[in-house]
Amino acid sequence: MAVKVEMSPVEIKNKKPYLEWGLTEKEYDFISEKLLERLPNYTETGLFSVMWSEHCSYKKSKPVLREFPNRNERVLQGPGEGAGIVDIGDNQAVVFKAESHNHPSAVEPYEGAATGVGGIIRDIFSMGARPIAMLDSLHFGEIDNAHTRYLINEVVAGIGGYGNCMGIPTVGGETTFDECYSGNPLVNAMCVGIMDQKDMQKGQAKGVGNAVMYVGAKTGRDGIHGATFASADFADDRETQRSAVQVGDPFMEKLLMEACLELTSQHKKWLVGIQDMGAAGIVSSSCEMASKAGSGMDLTLDNVPQRETEMSAYEIMLSESQERMLLCVRAGFEEKVKSLFKDYGLEAVVIGRVTDGNDYVLRHHGEIVTNIPVSSLTDDVLEEPSEERKPERITQAESLSNWIPEFTDAKEILRKLLVQPTIASKEIFTQTYDSQVRTNTVVGPGSDAAVLRIRRTNKALAMTSDGNGRFVYLDPFVGGQIAVLEAAANLIASGALPLAMTDCLNYGDPNDPEIYWELHQSVLGMSEACRVLNTPVISGNVSLYNENNGEAIYPTPMVGMVGLVKDINKHLTNIFKNSGAKVFLVGNTRADFAGSEIQKMLTGKISGMLNAIDTEFESKKLFKLLQAIEAGLVDSAHDLSEGGLAVGLVESTFSSDVGLDIELKTMKAQDLFSETPGRFVVSVTPEKVEKFVEIMEDDCMEIGETTAKQKVHLKCQNADFEIQVAEAQKIWEEAIPCLMK
Amino acid sequence: MKIAVVVFPGSNCDIDLFEALHTVCGAAVEYVSHKRDNLDGFDAVMLPGGFSYGDYLRCGAIARFSNIMPAIVEFAKQGKPVFGTCNGFQILTEAGLLPGALKQNDSLKFICKTVSLTVENNQTLFTTQYKKKETIALPIAHADGSYYADEETLAELEENHQVVFRYAGENPNGSLNNIAGITNKAGNVLGMMPHPERAVEAILGNLDGLRLFKSLLENGKVTTEEAVR
Repeated sequence: MAVKVEMSPVEIKNKKPYLEWGLTEKEYDFISEKLLERLPNYTETGLFSVMWSEHCSYKKSKPVLREFPNRNERVLQGPGEGAGIVDIGDNQAVVFKAESHNHPSAVEPYEGAATGVGGIIRDIFSMGARPIAMLDSLHFGEIDNAHTRYLINEVVAGIGGYGNCMGIPTVGGETTFDECYSGNPLVNAMCVGIMDQKDMQKGQAKGVGNAVMYVGAKTGRDGIHGATFASADFADDRETQRSAVQVGDPFMEKLLMEACLELTSQHKKWLVGIQDMGAAGIVSSSCEMASKAGSGMDLTLDNVPQRETEMSAYEIMLSESQERMLLCVRAGFEEKVKSLFKDYGLEAVVIGRVTDGNDYVLRHHGEIVTNIPVSSLTDDVLEEPSEERKPERITQAESLSNWIPEFTDAKEILRKLLVQPTIASKEIFTQTYDSQVRTNTVVGPGSDAAVLRIRRTNKALAMTSDGNGRFVYLDPFVGGQIAVLEAAANLIASGALPLAMTDCLNYGDPNDPEIYWELHQSVLGMSEACRVLNTPVISGNVSLYNENNGEAIYPTPMVGMVGLVKDINKHLTNIFKNSGAKVFLVGNTRADFAGSEIQKMLTGKISGMLNAIDTEFESKKLFKLLQAIEAGLVDSAHDLSEGGLAVGLVESTFSSDVGLDIELKTMKAQDLFSETPGRFVVSVTPEKVEKFVEIMEDDCMEIGETTAKQKVHLKCQNADFEIQVAEAQKIWEEAIPCLMK
Repeated sequence: MKIAVVVFPGSNCDIDLFEALHTVCGAAVEYVSHKRDNLDGFDAVMLPGGFSYGDYLRCGAIARFSNIMPAIVEFAKQGKPVFGTCNGFQILTEAGLLPGALKQNDSLKFICKTVSLTVENNQTLFTTQYKKKETIALPIAHADGSYYADEETLAELEENHQVVFRYAGENPNGSLNNIAGITNKAGNVLGMMPHPERAVEAILGNLDGLRLFKSLLENGKVTTEEAVR
């Protein structure tokens, strides 16, 4: 095989290949003139182009991300490591993070989704935690064409294929459908782990002379420039970008996870630091580990296990082959580590040493192919102030009055809402995920939040992942507030105290001032809600450039939140338990139709402004409800979201033995479908009503009771109808399977 | 006297079996590595679910060549209890300890849900605490669970009452004769696709699997003592 001749530094300066790799001319000049005071060679230019991509450097989003609160009394590890860590008592901690794999999933949906799952799992066990659950937030185009069906089938199969084989249950998430995602689906995966606090690890390489060890799968040419790929817009020629997508091997990762967990839990003395080789492969993991410890590093690339021949230094460093980890091992313990990994059938190889100072030195075929300061890759990236401008559509919407639905047949509207894909049952997808393996899943997919017991304690963890691009598109600030409130409400409905959150910020091209404004405003809204709820952002990920042929997706921040159920016997689901219980609506209902499911269904689009949210007021109400749930006063609780009250009431009867008799004296038929956030349907046994109302005060309204009749009777000022539970459940269950045919 | 839970590379329901037997039933249980070559001191062997060797090539096809397998075959020949669920069932068929094979589900998809089963034979080591023809519910979680055997073998299975569990109502994977679990002719080796170990605790919403382990503990005379791990 002929060896490709790489461009010389002068040729690079003249031919500017770095432009294709995502580096700008201004950045290149800054690197050569200010940082290195010489022209970078081919390998070095490649390192800068990936490390300075948005995916690795957050150069565009950093100023905005600083808005997020990320500390409180429970946070043990905030952003900056593989994942965030939160104290849950009993010397245990919960570890979680979410990551997007949008671009790879658009190009190669099965492997894109699968490797997204694989990557986020490595982030969790790199912290020393045992992954216990996966969630996923998926956003696709409308299910009206073969390509979208293909994307959905393959993404869902990829998530299941990886998680099922790993033996990590996929327990929750969301799937929504809107035209804006058709060319650029969103695939956000969240992993939750649990650990003893004494096993906490860091991705650091400190101690001169300590070994840098490579473990896991061999390095191939797959995924080169994946990080850069994730930081660029899509055009229709994206099929040619397929080589930037990696291929996953969950069996290899299962072995790697078990080996790493044995190392982190049983041989702490051997290990200094551990980090996943994720985006930008060896380069990002090694220079970040050196940077965090203030060390230098000297690596010999000939020692990197390779599965292809004649790989160049550039290819070895930038490869995003999956299932690899980088370790910093205390000098003298290398053989012990090798033997531990060999026991699992895995290779562990010393590829370099920690050095004094700040030099990042790479050797290949006896030559020094890179010699640059560590900090030039990790710290010196040019943060560019971005222009912001409020979109014209929002200025216009502010001057118009909001849309109010008009209809005559409320029952027909309800039936139609139940079959909207965003509302309809997602069981066709979730039943392809093993949601029970490890036998901790108390509440699996389909409820407001998943609940997993913590073995050998009386506690449980509740978790949810949520995002509503429609609200954020119409009003980024309020939409951001709602995204956080909604996640917290999901946890509280399950009986959990919200602890902290992670996010995936999915937006369009940040060089567009309107999109940057959306990003900034929504992060401000989210941050405000986080402060009020005391749910700091402990980890996260930014996915910009989600565009297809110049059309951006809705700005879609995904919020992943984890909560603590103090007494597992008090956890709740959304399903009514017994007949004869009193049904309450918690929270006031306003005319909130902008961005609602009924608006999209009746008008074919979304429009209008969102009503302002008083997060202090909302938070007080949420915590009152939690107090009532923790006191054992509530039988079931369901957070109302898409479709509003009528849909929420009907959903809570599914697969139960009860029906409903509801009378809403203060409401008109349209109010049944309003999507005012921060509302719940809860059921309370009659003898507990008094205590319940004492806690909730005027934040709740009794609206009826559960019956033994298997039908839902809804009466308001100008509508009075009945729907059979079995009939409603049937159309809700069959809607998506029918569309997927 | 104790139970072995065999751990192959890629097994992932090993912990579920261990916890069901040890924490819930109080039995003495030990994880046994695929590298071991004997089952000395064990009274029963359990093969867990999961994806042994990544299910590469064919589910269970590589695991049957692992170091521990000759010991398991010998153990079975001696008439001692051998149990395999899901991937464990697939390994038992690949190893020839049970007849037939598990094909890909008719839907071509992985399916995780609770299904209804009829207990067809309550005279095995594993099922005496169930009633004959009792309907129970157990979770399934597999992509390759469609039981297949030639007509002659099927007839023999039915004739000898080797079909222990049958899907009641909807057949989730297209298995012949709605087969969900079978024993060998001697009745000491049971393989089944459903996961009884996922249905042994009220907090997880299902107790129908508990009696399988209790039957074995009672019939297999497995003493309860402190677990090793």
